[in-house]
Amino acid sequence: MWKLLKIELFKIFKRPRTYIAFGAIAAIVFLIQIALKYDGKSYIDLLLSNLSGSFEFNDDFKDKLLNGYLICFVILNTLLIQMPLLIALISGDAIAGEANMGTLRLAMTKPISRTEYMLVKFTASFIYTLALLVVMALLALFGSMLIFGTNDMVVLRSEGIEQIKNFDVLWRYFAAFGYAAVALTTVSALAFLLSVFAENSIGPIIATMSIVIVFTILSEMNIPIYDETIKPYLFTSHMVAWKGFFYVKANAEGTTINGSIENLPAVLRSLGILIVYIFVFLGTAIWVFRKKDILT
Amino acid sequence: MKKIIILVIFITAALLVKAQTAEEVIAKVKAKLEKVNDYEAKGKMKTNVIFIKAPIANVKVYYKKPNKLRINNESGISFIPKGSMNINLNNIFINTEGFDLIDMGKEDKTAFRIIKLLPKDENSDVVLSTVYVDEQQLLIRKAKTTTKENGTYELEMTYGKYAAWGLADKVNFQFNTKDYKLPKGITFDYDDGSKKKTPSDKIKNKKGQVEIVYSNYIINKGVSDTVFQ
Repeated sequence: MWKLLKIELFKIFKRPRTYIAFGAIAAIVFLIQIALKYDGKSYIDLLLSNLSGSFEFNDDFKDKLLNGYLICFVILNTLLIQMPLLIALISGDAIAGEANMGTLRLAMTKPISRTEYMLVKFTASFIYTLALLVVMALLALFGSMLIFGTNDMVVLRSEGIEQIKNFDVLWRYFAAFGYAAVALTTVSALAFLLSVFAENSIGPIIATMSIVIVFTILSEMNIPIYDETIKPYLFTSHMVAWKGFFYVKANAEGTTINGSIENLPAVLRSLGILIVYIFVFLGTAIWVFRKKDILT
Repeated sequence: MKKIIILVIFITAALLVKAQTAEEVIAKVKAKLEKVNDYEAKGKMKTNVIFIKAPIANVKVYYKKPNKLRINNESGISFIPKGSMNINLNNIFINTEGFDLIDMGKEDKTAFRIIKLLPKDENSDVVLSTVYVDEQQLLIRKAKTTTKENGTYELEMTYGKYAAWGLADKVNFQFNTKDYKLPKGITFDYDDGSKKKTPSDKIKNKKGQVEIVYSNYIINKGVSDTVFQ
C-alpha cells in the first residue's frame, strides 16, 4: 500500500498543473502583502471608519495594527474561500482522471482491493491538501511576520473587536491551520466522492466548486429561516470555525483572558461535524466504487 | 456694650472666614496644577467598551505644557478614546479666563465644591465643563465636559502620593461610543450558534470607560517634543 501511495504521489507531483495551485497561492499571498505594505493604512481606515468618531487612530497605531498576524488573518480570510477550487483540481481528478485516461480498469487488475485503492487515492489527495496548506502557512504567516513584524493581534468581527496579546497569538495560528487542514480535507473528500461518478475530471471539479459556492452563500446569508434549519447542517458553516481560535473570552470588564477561546465546545463540535462529513463522503465514495461497473 | 463687642467680633470673624468665591477656588487649583511643567508616567490602562475585548495595557503617559499629552503603549496596541487629552486636568484649566464660572454650591454627600465653566466663545467645541473641587486639598475629584462634536466626557480621579502636584494615582475616563458594525460579507464571521446580545443591551452600554492606574511619575525632568509627534 505504501508503494502504491508513493506512485500516486509521484503522479500528482509529476503533473505540471499540480504546481499551478502552489503558484496561485504564492501569487495571491505576495500580492496581498505588497498591497498592504504600501497601502495598508487605507485598508485600516476603511475597516475602522465607523470607530473614528470615538477613538484616535494615529499613524503609530496603524503601523502597530498592521502587523504580520493581522496580515496573515486577512490572507486566510481571502484564501480559505478560494482554496477549495485548488483542492478540487486534484481530488476531483483522482478517479475521474483515471477513468478518462482509460487506466482505471488497468489499475483494477492489480492485486489490490478496491477499498485499498480508494484509500490510497484519498490519502494522496490529503497529502496534496496538507502540502498546499503548509506552503500557505509558510508564506502567509511566517512571510508576513518577516515583512511586517509582530504585535498584538486585532480581530475585527461584524459586531465587535477582539485584541489578543502578541505572545498569545502563534499557538492560535497552529490550531487554526490544523483546523483548516480538516476543513479542506472535507472539500477534498467531496470532490473525491463526485469523482467516482464521473469519467471526466471537469465535472467533479465544477460540481464541487458549485456546491461550495452555493453552501458558502447560504452560510453567510443572514436569513432567520435558514439560520436554524439549513445553516447548522452545511459543512461550509463549519469550515470557518478556524476563526473560533481567535475569538477570546473576556471578563465582566471587557479585559481579554490570555490563552482562552470564547467558545471551544462550538469549535470542537464544528470539527466533529467536518470529520463526520469526511467519513460520510469517503465511505460513500468507497461503497459506490466497490459496486461500480468499471468499463473504462 | 459687652453684647456689641461680641457681635462685632462675630461679624469680623465671619467676614474673615467667608467662603472662597468660585474664581478664587479655580485660581488656587490652577496655581497648584501649574507647578507641573511636564511629566512622564507609567501606568496600566484598562479599556472597557461594550464591543471591544482588550487586554490590560502597560502605557506611558507624557505631558508637556501647555496642552501636549500622549498615551503610548510601549509593547502593544491600545484603543485610545478621543478626548483623552482631558485626562490631564491642565487642559481644563489652560484658559480659565475664557470661561464664565458659575458656583453651584457643595455636593451633599462629599462636600466637594461644584463649579460650572461656560465658554465665552460661542464657537468653542466645549459646551460646558463641570468640576468637583476638594477645597481643602485643592484637588479636582470629578470633571464632566460636554462637547459639540464628541459627546460628554467624565473624569474621576483618585489621589495618592502625587496629590501635592495635583496629579492623580488613578483616572477613570468615561466617554460616549458610537455603534460598531461591519458587514458580515467583509468579516466572514464564524457563527458558533451562541445567542447574540440584543440591541437593547447595546443601547444600555453606550458609554466607554478607560481606567489608568499610575505607578510612578517623573515630574519636571523635561519631555522631548518628539514624543508628541
